[in-house]
Amino acid sequence: MSTWEPVIGLEIHVQLKTRTKMFCRCRVGFGAEENSQTCPVCLGFPGALPVPNRTAIEWVVKLGLALGCEIAERAVFARKNYFYPDLSKGYQISQYDLPSCVNGNMIVSLAEGQHEIGIVRAHLEEDAAKNVHVGGRTGRIGGAEYTLVDYNRGGTPLVEIVTAPDLHSAEEAKRFLQLLRQTIVELGISDAEMEKGTLRVDANVSVRPAGSEVLRTRSEIKNMNSFTHIARGIDAEVARQIEVWESGGEVEQHTYDFDVGSGALTARRTKEEADDYRYFPEPDLAPVEPPAELVDRLRFELPELPAARIARVMKKLDHDRALVLVTGGLDRLWEATVAAGADGVAASNVIANQLVASGARPGAVDPTELAKLVDARERIPRATFAEALGKIGDHGFSAEPYLAMESVSDTSELEPIVDAVIAANSAQVEQYRGGKEGLLGFFVGQVMKETKGRADPRVVNELVRARLAP
Amino acid sequence: MSAVVDTLRLTAEEALALVERGDVSPAELHAAYLDAIGERDAELHAYLRTVEYDGATSIPIALKDVISTKGLETTAGSRILEGYVPVFDATVTSRCRQAGLSVLGKTNTDEFAMGSSTENSAYGPSRNPWDPARVPGGSGGGTAAAVSAGLAPWGLGSDTGGSVKQPSALCGNVGLRPTYGTVSRYGIVAFASSLDQVGPVAKTVRDVALLYRIVSGRDPADSTTVELSEPVELPTSERLDGLRVGVPRQAVALEAIEPGVRAAFHSSLALLGELGAELDECDLPLSFDYGMPCYYLIAPAEASSNLARYDGVRYGRRSDGATYRETVERTRDDGFGDEPKRRIMLGTYALSAGYYDAYYGQAQKVRTLLVREHAAAFERFDVLATPTSPTVAFPLGDKAADPLAMYACDLLTIPSCLAGLPGLSVPCGFSEGLPVGLQLVGPQFGENALFRAGHAVERALELDLVPERLR
Repeated sequence: MSTWEPVIGLEIHVQLKTRTKMFCRCRVGFGAEENSQTCPVCLGFPGALPVPNRTAIEWVVKLGLALGCEIAERAVFARKNYFYPDLSKGYQISQYDLPSCVNGNMIVSLAEGQHEIGIVRAHLEEDAAKNVHVGGRTGRIGGAEYTLVDYNRGGTPLVEIVTAPDLHSAEEAKRFLQLLRQTIVELGISDAEMEKGTLRVDANVSVRPAGSEVLRTRSEIKNMNSFTHIARGIDAEVARQIEVWESGGEVEQHTYDFDVGSGALTARRTKEEADDYRYFPEPDLAPVEPPAELVDRLRFELPELPAARIARVMKKLDHDRALVLVTGGLDRLWEATVAAGADGVAASNVIANQLVASGARPGAVDPTELAKLVDARERIPRATFAEALGKIGDHGFSAEPYLAMESVSDTSELEPIVDAVIAANSAQVEQYRGGKEGLLGFFVGQVMKETKGRADPRVVNELVRARLAP
Repeated sequence: MSAVVDTLRLTAEEALALVERGDVSPAELHAAYLDAIGERDAELHAYLRTVEYDGATSIPIALKDVISTKGLETTAGSRILEGYVPVFDATVTSRCRQAGLSVLGKTNTDEFAMGSSTENSAYGPSRNPWDPARVPGGSGGGTAAAVSAGLAPWGLGSDTGGSVKQPSALCGNVGLRPTYGTVSRYGIVAFASSLDQVGPVAKTVRDVALLYRIVSGRDPADSTTVELSEPVELPTSERLDGLRVGVPRQAVALEAIEPGVRAAFHSSLALLGELGAELDECDLPLSFDYGMPCYYLIAPAEASSNLARYDGVRYGRRSDGATYRETVERTRDDGFGDEPKRRIMLGTYALSAGYYDAYYGQAQKVRTLLVREHAAAFERFDVLATPTSPTVAFPLGDKAADPLAMYACDLLTIPSCLAGLPGLSVPCGFSEGLPVGLQLVGPQFGENALFRAGHAVERALELDLVPERLR
């Protein structure tokens, strides 16, 4: 039996969070009353004409630059013609043979090294409206009694990103998407939330014998609404295809819907004829020609991107920790804390867990002080450590007073206190010795109280147990 | 005839003066035209619907029914838009309203402006005021017939391949198709977006220039519009000294040009010479060989997409079916007439995968060549002159069964439309008692030169352009 290599390409749609729609000045919004955010343009009334959204054009350039793309000096909007009730004009305005961004890449960091994923293109288009199928069991069009259309979403700016078939596992696809999402969020151009539909992913999947360069027939998986589902959907399809090939069959080109409940893939009904969208340049719009100065400015303004930061963090940490830090906006604090002398893993644990839980704002934290605390975290009482983290965001915070409160673990210092506690609670001693061993905690608690929490609880535990032994 | 004014002879400029001086109120003027419509439009069917005076401060105007009017049904001559009442004004409509003009009504048109006779209107044909047995031309035959018969002082049409210029010629009016991009298309029911252009129709060149001044200029709602490079000038000169006029050899050689039209054209060339213009022949071989086929690929291709929105889902007519697909198919089958269906099929084919490069793609390349060919001609000339239409107005039914013969009506107007250039049709004589139009084509933004030339011709000829039977 040969080993199989999955070949995966992704098509990602990102809804931009511009204030207004792509080609009219209707508000973009989620949750408004049906059809309240519409006008003659997005409803496709006779004679209404599109006027492009300048911000959306800037943002796709920004995204293209972040993905290392070439920015087209001349991109052309085209009409994609097809009939569907959610498409008010009978065509979608998109970009076709001359998209805004081409030939980019993003580096995904893997255990075995860095992997470059090609970005074939990123282009601007308008979103379709939303069909609401009423009646029937599935909420899908098949079996529905009738369909209502909410045009609020119609005309919202979308960026479509198409990757090369460079991904070779579900895990890699997931990492790529996490990274892409973080990049988009940091650019401030979209919330990119799958559950809200502002980020949508379709996967093209095929398999081939490892070592082969030939691409085999692929299938498309749609309707996956979380990164986990995407990984499960890809795994399921890869397994299915391998089985088909190994049992002597042939994989056919199909589109599958991923069922969240069962994790199963259901094939969509095959169309009788191939789609022919009859693309042609949109005559109502001039070509998009972003001035060189604009592109230069946007390039200059680009922040350091998550991919580069993850790669850097991964020199000291594993991918999951690096991802948590970068996606949590915590990586810069982590780096500074480590630079101030803290252990990488320890600092990552403290920052990603306790610091976040304490509610301190990462930007307000002095990494030198944090490094001291991280370093001392096993030597000072837990409560003290938590208290310190709670205040670390305060102006002028110093770790010194907390560091001074090292735990008392010296038995010679603790023994007299333990003896005093036992002497003062003879009734409880009686009960304990009579078998009520749960009272151990009571004695320990008393000792902690006497020492104002500074006693090392493990040492106290042992002392009390020894003293109370019959 | 109205008691207030003689609408048959009144020019828009004269009407404006009457209102300005307070001799006639806007309401009286509007009523006078409605009276004239009541008197003569039963025969001509220039209007699809008229409107009562609405308090406007200036003179009335007729609007072709492809121009959106808020609150007033706009059908583009099609059953599929029956009952469709726009919730917004086209930009040209609001510019007219801002100028104080009152909308008299909506004029008849070939369905979706597809045709050269108005016989393709779903609401019945319009008739030529010079001879009601003949067509007024098209697609803007309604506006042309209205202006010619004194049913409006002026009007707006839309021109894709000749729909303003050709009916103006056939009815004895002046009509301008402006430079592409100088008049907003916002709110104009689209036929072929890269060709559609709104243009004025009136009795005189000065009236046309005045109306062009009102409706032109950049519109933020139409991103293909631009600001005029120079202000519109009302022509005054009666001389054309130094004007360089080119006469395209290939246009004049067309066999389709009737002898009477040819004769009127040649005498107007002689007149241009007498007025001081310098005439010379020029060559536009590609334009007249390939203009027509090029147009009949590009225009239907765009139309097939522009007309896709008429699916019965949101507005207009709906013929219900059991499924979405069936509803769309029935709606479109019932709602569209033969000509839109023919062009949708042509255009769909031209854009199909596997045919795009050979048809639509190739036509766009040819179009670029036509643009260059015209640009080269305008290095030597200020204006190009041809007849507007190869024929005078033809009898109703004459070409209705032969689409190719109908398409040939626009043989002379199409090339400059493809090149995005302005063209003015000015009456230049008669043949068989029917008006003949002279087409003057200018370079981009060359409207002022066209107005000067047209005005001088008009003044020199002093034709009586009121249809004989109505005098």
